Amino acid sequence: MPGTLLKVAAKSAAGPDSGLARAADRYLPPTPTNVSDAERVVSLGVGGALLLNALAGKHLNLLSGLAGGYLLYRAATGHCPGYQALGLSFANGTGPATAVAAGAGVKVEHGVTVNAPVEEVYRRWRDFERLPDFMTHLQSVKVHDDKKSTWTARAPAGMTVRWEAEVVTDTPNQVIAWRSLPGSDVDTAGSVHFRMAPAGRGTEVRVSLKFDPPGGKFGSFVARLFGENPDQQVRGDLRRFKQLVETGETPTVEGQSHGRR
Amino acid sequence: MKAVCWRGRASVEVETVPDPRILNPRDVILRVTSTAICGSDLHLYDNFIPTMMKGDILGHEFMGEVVEAGPEVRNVKTGDRVLVPFHISCGRCFSCSNQQWSLCDNTNPNAKLVEKIAGYSGAGIFGYSHLYGGYAGGQAEYVRVPMADVGALKVPESLTDEQALFLTDIFPTGYMAADNCEIRPGDTVAVWGAGPVGLFAAKSAWLLGAGRVIVIDSVAGRLRKAERDCKAETIDRREKDVLNTLDEMTAGRGPDSCIDAVGLEAHGATVVDHVLDRGMQMVGMQSDRPPVLRETILACRKGGVVSIPGVYGGLVDKFPIGSAFAKALTLKMGQTHVHRYLRPLLARVEKGEIDPSFVISHRLRLADAPSAYRNFRDRKDEYIKCVLKP
Ligand SMILES: NC(=O)c1ccc[n+]([C@@H]2O[C@H](COP(=O)([O-])OP(=O)(O)OC[C@H]3O[C@@H](n4cnc5c(N)ncnc54)[C@H](O)[C@@H]3O)[C@@H](O)[C@H]2O)c1
Ligand SMILES: [Zn+2]
Ligand SMILES: [Zn+2]
Repeated sequence: MPGTLLKVAAKSAAGPDSGLARAADRYLPPTPTNVSDAERVVSLGVGGALLLNALAGKHLNLLSGLAGGYLLYRAATGHCPGYQALGLSFANGTGPATAVAAGAGVKVEHGVTVNAPVEEVYRRWRDFERLPDFMTHLQSVKVHDDKKSTWTARAPAGMTVRWEAEVVTDTPNQVIAWRSLPGSDVDTAGSVHFRMAPAGRGTEVRVSLKFDPPGGKFGSFVARLFGENPDQQVRGDLRRFKQLVETGETPTVEGQSHGRR
Repeated sequence: MKAVCWRGRASVEVETVPDPRILNPRDVILRVTSTAICGSDLHLYDNFIPTMMKGDILGHEFMGEVVEAGPEVRNVKTGDRVLVPFHISCGRCFSCSNQQWSLCDNTNPNAKLVEKIAGYSGAGIFGYSHLYGGYAGGQAEYVRVPMADVGALKVPESLTDEQALFLTDIFPTGYMAADNCEIRPGDTVAVWGAGPVGLFAAKSAWLLGAGRVIVIDSVAGRLRKAERDCKAETIDRREKDVLNTLDEMTAGRGPDSCIDAVGLEAHGATVVDHVLDRGMQMVGMQSDRPPVLRETILACRKGGVVSIPGVYGGLVDKFPIGSAFAKALTLKMGQTHVHRYLRPLLARVEKGEIDPSFVISHRLRLADAPSAYRNFRDRKDEYIKCVLKP
C-alpha cells in the first residue's frame, strides 16, 4: 500500500480537530493533494535518486539536487505546485468507500468488536435513551414504549432535527432495526447486528444507517445530522460505544492543563 | 502549579499552569514526588515525534502521592504513595486482557490520527505528543492519572522513591527487551546503547540467564557504568568496528540476540553514513535514523532474535530485510507492556535482587529541567539519568 506509506511520510495524520490540525500543520503544508499515489511513488524514487546523486556525486550538482528535492516534496505531500498552477488534479478518490451516496440518500456501514458478552452489548444498545452517551450528534432519545421513541439530533445554530422512530425488528442478542415514521423531519432507517466473535474475542457489532431526506433537501439534512462526514461520525460513535462498554468512560484530554500555546 | 512545558525544538520551560483536575471517574490526581527525564523525551526535545504543541506538559516517568481520587477508583486512596506506568491502559479491552497493555484499544483519544498512519492505535502515553493522546505529563507538581484503578500501584514503605521510580518505564523496558530475546542458558546478548534502557537490558539479561553480555556505545562514562554496574563486556564503537568485534568475540557465531536500545536518533557507523542518514531525515526521505537497527540485523546469529526497545516513529531507508530473511531472524519490538512486569519486578526490587537507583547520575529540582534536558541530550558531564524533585 504505497499510498498509505506515503501518507506516513507526509505525516498526513491531521484530522479536522482544530488543535491537532494545527499541530499537524507544522509537518503538513496546507496544500491540496493533486498527485496520484502511483505518481507519488515514482516521485519518491526518482527524487531520492536525484538527490542522492547530488549529495554523493563528485561535483555538487545543484540542478539535480533541486529537482530531486522538488520531486520528494511532491511525493511527501501529494501536492504539485506545477499541477496546481495548471489547475490540474490527478489525486485518487478520497471519499470513504462505505458511505455510498446513492440517489436520494446516504448509507453508512461500520463494525466494531467489543470485549464483552453479546448479552451485555445488546442490552447497552437497546437502552435507547442512553444512545446520546456515544452518538454525539443526538441530543436526546425519549422512549414511549417497546416500539416507539422520539429522537432529537443537534443541528447548527442551536437548531434541532426530530423524528419519531419505530422498532421494526428486535431479536435479543442478534439484531435491532428501526425506521422513522411518516411526518418526521427526516426519513431514516438503521440496524445493528450483534454476533459473538470467535474464541472469546467479544462481540462483533455491525451498524448500518440510511438517511433519505425529503427531495431537494438532501445536502443540508445530512450536513446537519452528521457534520461534514457521516462516515467519520459513525466510526466515532462506534469507538465511543466500545470505550463506554469496556471501560465505563470515554478517554479525554479536554479540560486538562497546558502551558502557553 | 509548575510544569515542564515543550516550546519547540530544543526548548523546554518551567511554566506556571492551572492545577489538573479529575475529568473521568477512573482518574486520580497525584502530587508528584519524583519524576525523571527519559531517552524518549529526547526524541520530543529534538522534535522527531510529530504533533507536539507548544505548551504541552512533558514527562512519563513519575510517582507521587494521591491527593484526589475519582468515584471509580478503589485500589488506592488519598495519601497513598503510588507509581504509574508511562502508558495508560484500560485493563478491560482485548489487548489489555492479553497482557499487551501498551496496545490498549481504548486510551488514545486521538486514535483516529494513528489509524491513518498505522492502521490501528495503541495506548495513550503521558506527555508524549498528540499522536499518543495528548495527555499532560508528570514533569510537574501535579498530574492527572486516567485509568488509575488499573495503573496506579501502591509502593511499599520499605522502598525509597529512587528505588521504585524506574518501574514506571526503563526497568520494565530493559527487562522486556531481554525477555523478548528468549534467552537460553549460556546465550550471548549484545546491547546497543549504554543509556538507562541499555543498562537495564544488560542487567535483565543476566537475571534471565544470559551467559555473556556485551554493551556497545561511544560514551566512555556510560561504557564504564556498563562494565562496573552491569558486569558487561563493552565495545567502544569509536575505537572498534562493531560487526567484526562481535564476530571475533563469538568465534564466528554472532550474538544469540541483539538489543537495539538506541532508537531513531542513533549515530551512524561512519561519518558518511551518519551525514547521509541525517540528510535524508532532514529532507523528509526518512523520519528515523536506522544505523543501529541495520547493525543488529547484520550482527545477529542465524535464527537469533533482534529485540527493539529503541523507539522508531516512521520510515527508514535501506532496511536489510534480505539479511533478516536469509538468517530467519525473529524481530520483536514495541512500547513496553509495563503493567505485565510491574508486580514481578517490584518483588525483585523488594527482595534486593536489583536496586534500580544505580542508573541515577543527577538529582535536580524541577526548575533545573531546561539545563537537565540540554546536558542529557549532549551527554554532558556523564549525565545518565536525571531525577527531578518538584
Ligand atoms: N520501548 C519502550 O517502551 C521504551 C521505553 C523507554 C525508552 N525507550 C527508547 O529506548 C531508547 C534508549 O533510551 P535511553 O533512555 O537509554 O536513551 P539515551 O538517549 O540515554 O541512550 C541512548 C544511547 O545510545 C547511544 N548510541 C547512539 N548511537 C549509537 C550507536 N550507533 N551504537 C551504539 N550506541 C549508540 C548513545 O550514545 C546513548 O548512550 C530510546 O529510543 C528511547 O526512546 C523505549
Ligand atoms: Zn520513557
Ligand atoms: Zn485496554
